[in-house]
Order: sequence, then C-alpha cells, then structure tokens
Amino acid sequence: MRFSPSCLGLAAALTAALTFTPAALAQTPKRGGTVHAVLQPEPPMLMQGLNQNGPTLMVGGNIYESLLRFDEKLNPKPSLAKSWEISADAKTYTFRLQENVKWHDGKAFSADDVVFTLDKFLREVHPRWRPVVNAQVEKIEKVDDLTVRLTLKQPFGPILLAMEVSSTPMVPRHLYEGTDYRANPANNTPIGTGPYKLKEWRKGSFIHLVRNEDYWIKDKPNLDEIYWQIIPDAAARAVAYETGKIDVLTGGSVDVYDVARLSKLPNTCVSTKGWEMFAPHAWISVNHRNPILANKSFRQGLMHAIDRETLKDVVFGGLGKIPTGPISSKTRFHDPKVTTFAFNLAKAKELIKASGYKGEPVKLLGLPYGEMWTRLGEAVKQSLADAGVNIVIESTDVAGWTARTGNFEFDLTFNFLYQFGDPATGVARSYVSTNIVKGNPFGNVGGYANPEVDRLFAQAAIAPSDQARQALYTDVQKLLAEELPVLWLLEMDFPTIHRCSVKNLVNTAIGVNDGFRDAWKD
Amino acid sequence: MPFLNFLAGRIAKGLLVLLAIAILNFLLIRAAPGDPAMVMAGEAGAADAVFLEQLRQRFGLDKPFIEQLWLYLKGYLVLDLGFSYRQQQPVLGLIMARLPATLLLTGTAFVLSLGMGMVLGILAARRVGRLSDSAITLAALVFYATPLFWVALLAQIVFALKLGWVPNIGYETIGAGYTGFRRALDIGHHLILPALTLGLFFMALYARMMRASMLEVAGADFVKTARAKGLSEGLITRRHVARNALLPVVTLAGLQAGQLVGGAVLTETVFAWPGIGRLMFEALAQRDYALLLGVFFVSSAMVVALNLLTDIVYRAVDPRIEAAS
Repeated sequence: MRFSPSCLGLAAALTAALTFTPAALAQTPKRGGTVHAVLQPEPPMLMQGLNQNGPTLMVGGNIYESLLRFDEKLNPKPSLAKSWEISADAKTYTFRLQENVKWHDGKAFSADDVVFTLDKFLREVHPRWRPVVNAQVEKIEKVDDLTVRLTLKQPFGPILLAMEVSSTPMVPRHLYEGTDYRANPANNTPIGTGPYKLKEWRKGSFIHLVRNEDYWIKDKPNLDEIYWQIIPDAAARAVAYETGKIDVLTGGSVDVYDVARLSKLPNTCVSTKGWEMFAPHAWISVNHRNPILANKSFRQGLMHAIDRETLKDVVFGGLGKIPTGPISSKTRFHDPKVTTFAFNLAKAKELIKASGYKGEPVKLLGLPYGEMWTRLGEAVKQSLADAGVNIVIESTDVAGWTARTGNFEFDLTFNFLYQFGDPATGVARSYVSTNIVKGNPFGNVGGYANPEVDRLFAQAAIAPSDQARQALYTDVQKLLAEELPVLWLLEMDFPTIHRCSVKNLVNTAIGVNDGFRDAWKD
Repeated sequence: MPFLNFLAGRIAKGLLVLLAIAILNFLLIRAAPGDPAMVMAGEAGAADAVFLEQLRQRFGLDKPFIEQLWLYLKGYLVLDLGFSYRQQQPVLGLIMARLPATLLLTGTAFVLSLGMGMVLGILAARRVGRLSDSAITLAALVFYATPLFWVALLAQIVFALKLGWVPNIGYETIGAGYTGFRRALDIGHHLILPALTLGLFFMALYARMMRASMLEVAGADFVKTARAKGLSEGLITRRHVARNALLPVVTLAGLQAGQLVGGAVLTETVFAWPGIGRLMFEALAQRDYALLLGVFFVSSAMVVALNLLTDIVYRAVDPRIEAAS
C-alpha cells in the first residue's frame, strides 16, 4: 500500500490536539468505495435490541436507527423522527416520523413499529430502557401513521437522550410481534432501517455490510461496502493497519502505547470525538463492607497517595483527563468547583494514620481488559505502598471479574462506566443505595449508602428545569467529592485512528456507533 | 483375528474414556467463576436482575445441576452437541464452519514439521559434531525455546510489514471476491506465515528427537554388521538406521496429530486465523458452556481416534510390537 504524499501533515497537528480535521467536512462527499474497519471481540449477534456488547453496537448502528441522533454537544438531531415537540409541562413528547422509510425487507416503517419497539420489545429485553420506561413513562401511543406520543409520569430530563440507537434501536414489528424475541430466527438476519444491510457474516473472519439502495435519505449513504474484520490480537491489528488491510481502527482497538506511533504514519487521522454520550469514567471501586475502607479518612488518604497525572501519562498513554468527581466534564451538569485531592504523600500518610490502619492487607482485584489495566494495577499498588498501604493484587478473567464484582467479593477493583449523557441514567446508578443489587456488576457494588446522596439524585432526575437539576447535581458533586465513595482516576479517551482519506467518520456523540451513514472515501 | 480383537477392545476403551472426559469437562467448567449471563451483562455495561434472570432461563441455567448434566449427556449419546444460545446457532454447525481452516493450518504445519524435522535430524546425525550439526541443533533449540506468539508477531513485522512478501493476518483477501484456483492461491499465500510459525516449533522437536534417536541406533550391532557387509553409508542410513530411529518420532507425531482438530490457539489468535482454537478460547472467556463442551468433545474424540491410529502405525513400522502383544 502506498499513501499519497499530500496527507503527511498529521504528525505536527497531532500533538496540538487529537481531533478531527474540520477541513474534511467542507469537501463534497464522493459516492462509492469500500472501508475496512476493525472489530474486536467478535459480537455474539448484531440484533442490538437484544445485545449491547460494544462490537454489537458498532456494527448494528449501520443497520438499525433510532428516532434521534446527538451531536458532540449532546444536542438532539433528527434521525427517524424529523421533528419533535415537548409540551409546556415537560411531560408529553410528540415525535413526527420521516416519510417513505422502509425496512431492509421492503416493508414500510411506521408509528406502529415505534410503539411496538418502545412499549413492548425493548421494555421486555433492554437492560437500560426497561428501568426508564417502567419508572418514568405513563404511555406510548400512536397518533397517526407518522406520529408517536410519549407521555411521562413526571418530567424526566434525560428522556430524549434515550432516543439514540444504542439505547432504543427501532425493530420491525412485523417480524417480532407475538414471537419469542430472543429465539426469533430473524436475530441472525437483522432487519433495520439503517443505511447499510448485512450481506454476509463469516464467523471468525469478517462481517460484510452493503449499501442500502432504498435508504430514506436520498443519495446516502456514500460508501458501497463496509467490511468489519475480526482480528483478535492488538499488535496484529496495528500491523494490519500499517500494511493497509484496515482503514479504521475503532476506539480501544489498539494498545494505548501504539496510538502515538500509529498517529505519526502518513495519511493517518486521529479523533477522540464520538464518545461524548458515553464519556467513560474510570475509577477504583471501594468495598465499604470492609471496615477500613468504610473509613472516609482512609479513602481520602488513598486518593492523596495516587499521582493521577503520572498514571495518565505512564499507563494511559497521556490520553484523557483527570476527573474532579462523579460527573464527567464531557457531559451536562458537571461542576468542577469541588474539593480535590492532589498528589500529596505526606498528607496521605497522615490521613491513613489517622484512620487507624494497621497495615492489614487490602486486596486489589485487577480488571482483565488487557495490558493497560494490568499495568494500572501495578502502578496503583506501588503508589499506595509508598503511603504504607499493603496492597495484594488478585487476577481473574472477565467472567470471574464480573461475578466477583457483582457479588461484592473484592476490597478494591477497577471499573469504567459509561455516563450515557446524563447523570440520572449513567452516574446515579453507582452511588445510590437503591442500586445495591447483588449480581449486577454495574450497580453500586461498593455498598456506599448515604440518604442525602439518594435524595439529591432522586430529585435531580425529575426536577422540572435544567437550572433546578444543575443546583441539585452541584450539591451532590460537592458531597461525593468530599466523601469519595469511589476513587476517580480518569475521564478516558478512546481515539479512533483512520486513514485521512476516510472522511466524516465521526460526527455524533456516539461516533462510529451511529454508523457510517455520512462517511465517504476520497 | 488378533487384530480385530485388539481394535474392538481399543474402541470400547476409547468410548469409555470419551464419556469420562465429557463428564469431567462439564464439572470442570462449572467450577470456573461466573456464568454466560454474567458475561453478557458485563459486556453490555449494564444489567438489572430481570436481564440476568431472562438470560439464565434462556441458557437453561435455572434448571437443577443434575438435570443440566443429564440433558447434556443425553444429547451427546445421539451426537447432538447442543445449541449455543449466545450465538443463536447449533454447536455442531459452528464447529464445522471452523474445521476446514483449522485442518488446513494444523495439517500443513504437521506435514511441514514432520518432513523437515526428520530430514534435518538425519542430516545432523550424519554430520555429528560438525558445523552443520551445531547449526541445526542450535536453530532447533532457538525455535523450541522462543514463545510462539513472539515469533508470530516478529514474523508479521518482518515478512508482512517490512518486506511485504505475505499478508500479516487472515485466511484470505477480504472483499477480493476470488474464486477457484485464484482463491486457493490466495489462501495459500495467507497460510505461509501461520503454518511456518506453528510448524517451526514442532519441527524443532522432531529434529532433536530424530537426531538423538539416529545416534543411538547408529551404534547398534546390526548397523556394524551392515557396514561389515559392505553396504554404502547412504543405504545404511536409510534402511537400517533411519527406519529404526523412527519409532519415537512416530510417538511424538501421534501426539501432535491428536491436536490437529483442537487447533492452535496462539497461532490462530495472532494471525486472526478463523479456526477452532480461537472458537474454543473465546467460548471459554464467554463461558459459552455448550460451545466449549462441544469443542472439547470433538477434539478429545480426535485424540482418542488418533491414538488408536498411532498404535496401528506402530505395528506397521515395527512388526515386533504385534508379535509381542
């Protein structure tokens, strides 16, 4: 593979900012071409209503669509809904659907599909939509063939944010109604309204998508074909990009240590955008059932002992940002004016001594998601050893980690959680006492319980205006930043690396998960 | 009919071994922490109690343990390897889809390593103590001692990235749409690196064993007799030394052949080769019980079958074994 010399300008631009080149957006898109993207691990299925595995969403976002898309500032944009109105009491949402939308099998898409999807299908199977629809939604009804009305029990700020494809993909009623959803053979031949259709899935090798010739936006999509190649080894993925087999390395598909090197290759663009909705937040989960860890002074000491800036540079390849508290600065309602715990070893030792810690071993369960997390465990152990804390690292595989974390069998462990654009859906779940549920690794696994925190989160979710919500979220951030129920480490970045000739790849808050609808190849 | 008796006895024993393996596999895999529902919840990054319960019910994990074991064994008696709920497909189909790629890789590596290993071992033994012997022995030691995944990555960087002679990963050129002979050629091109990497490791073993065995036999009385008869060195090596030195190599080859169907996890992973080794490894990580047990069963059946075959080959290579039994 040879690259045109005109694209050599990246190396200099990269250090300035790992961002998308805006010039690319200005050009007129070209029709045609094939893009090869990397996919790992291989998803179990592409029916993303039933499975929310990362790779499922990445491929599925080309096949399925939802009512809305969100830009990088989390503002709603039309997708299957061309417009929407919100009533003055913020309880009724009316969506007007696009005309002439067809499912991949040729049947017409209508309000019936939307009602079926939101009220029946996803209510039964989707672990994120189910709690929202059950707690907040009064009714979902068809007004006419192209209008759907959603009535809430009370105002619920983040309801619109749920109308994106990774939370509420529209599924065809004519194929699913009255069937056993999980056993429906249609799950293996996904039918959506999206810009690409599934042509072939050769297990272990690739997933082949082709252009939907009947797509409802005229002249879209631009590409003819997408191949998602399944390459299990991270180093081999990097080499595959270098040899030209792969055009797009999706976020997290190469080791962070390789990002800087790959970024300097000719015709290579890097973007950290497209993760604003998810805003992955990494921390050390703390089990408050262990008496020493339930001690606030001890937790504050731990936080002072960890040099997060150095961790970021050494372990995370310099990518990301140090968080101030539970809410990511990438999403709404973030407030940085809180107590922070800068690296200070003397203060750490003082606080740890005051907590009455006698040197008993504290177990750190590693997160088995690859080399980076292993190194993080070692780095944290070393930092805490300097403050006199006796850390014992334990290792396990993914299934073991999920089981142990979900069953609260740990002292400390790492985790990184998506924030889903709003504290009510993505943040509260890790801190409220109502979400201490055994068996769920993404609940409040540490068992932290504070009635004031519960109250603030509960009120903020249903407060009538954004200002009212902000006031409550500011309070809860101040409180939690002091209490440290978990030890926040990093707002993570997952850079997408791609050939600069692949244009307009990332242009929404969920990036490649919104599919390659607008992407084109020069 | 001593041969038929031998065969029937061995087949009966083999079936018993398979049953024991099937039960043991089932128990072992349940001893690992976590279950498929937990794994899927973990991958989704979100879960509630209903979600986990629905999945467990779907996977049949809500049934009593003994009932699960019984259903599993009952299926295996009629060669029904079960259904992978994770992938929504029958286990047998998933395995069969991966079998050709695995057999192509492991088979090529097998032939390559056995052939080259034997030739190199014979050459080294004939030139014992000389420079070429040292070179072969040293090379064999290096290939044997170096971790497979590291050789694999290095080979990718040198031969695919720097030299551009071969593709670094994959089974064929994706999206090229080749058919017939052109496609076979393309697959062959992709096969070179993984087959060589996997083959080199076993080649080193065969070369070392063949050399040692040759040297041992070379001192035997019947070789001296042959030499005294005035036979040429080449003839002595081929007919008298090499043939007798072959037995331990056949043993080793039998062991390696047993692994042909099990695939080569590391090689398949690093080269993104769509084989059974990867299927098994991923099934393990995902606790896809039905699929994992299916792969285990098929590969252990293969080991049992090939052990039987090795015993038959022994009899052909060395008639004394039949006389003794």
